[in-house]
Amino acid sequence: MFSRTVFSALRPISRPAPLRLPLRPIRAPAYPIPSILHARLLSTETKAAIDKAVGSAPVVLFMKGTPETPQCGFSRASIQILGLQGVDPKKFVAFNVLEDAELRQGVKEYSDWPTIPQLYLDKEFVGGCDILMSMHQNGELAKLLESKEVLVAADQ
Amino acid sequence: MLRALPVQIPRRLFSQSAKMASMTPMEDLMRDKIAHTFTPSTLIIRNDSHKHAHHAAMEGSTSKETHFHVTITSSAFESKMQPARHRMVYALLKEEMSREGGIHALQLKTKTPAEEQREKEREAQA
Repeated sequence: MFSRTVFSALRPISRPAPLRLPLRPIRAPAYPIPSILHARLLSTETKAAIDKAVGSAPVVLFMKGTPETPQCGFSRASIQILGLQGVDPKKFVAFNVLEDAELRQGVKEYSDWPTIPQLYLDKEFVGGCDILMSMHQNGELAKLLESKEVLVAADQ
Repeated sequence: MLRALPVQIPRRLFSQSAKMASMTPMEDLMRDKIAHTFTPSTLIIRNDSHKHAHHAAMEGSTSKETHFHVTITSSAFESKMQPARHRMVYALLKEEMSREGGIHALQLKTKTPAEEQREKEREAQA
């Protein structure tokens, strides 16, 4: 499980051209670490990789599955909301946490948020699916996305 | 004396068996913890696990308490943004969410009493 590197998951899944991150692969630990301890051991490599991922586009979603085939209802709902809001695909990148156990665990600690999906806007954590949904419904999300200029222009 | 017996015995048996083998141990624990920490004016816990039992992530899981939808109205959320409110609940249930076979998904609605009031008024108008 740990032999997978952060390379694989940190390939943005919403763009055809893979983003190459200059990262060393994370070595497997010599002994299994209990998951509860593992949660506190965010390595500098993983943190750096997630830093890059978060900064790779104005709108970044960590999700289960891909935008085309989400593997979880909450990830699906989040993608649908971003689509309904008219987020510009050129300004959006999604990362599939199911591709990499290190990322899946790491992003939870990085964001201090125990669940997936997670949305970042201009490197700032916005929230998970419930927050996205309520902001979508009360109009806050439209305002926020507009202020960050990440929507498809109206005349296009 | 004799008349009191039939009432007393079943009652004691019932309360003991309820304590020993709750059908919803996770929900009970969540209710206890949330009530104690946030003294909510509204606390609704909905168990959605049956809706997700067929999901790939639930393969091999025998727990009937994996997916919850929780609505909490508490003054403890005042002057806090939604992510901060959710983090308060996540922190409270950290152990239950991180352990194998624990809570897999937790949907949250976190409101202050004033927000709940406004919501009710809006619904009444609509």
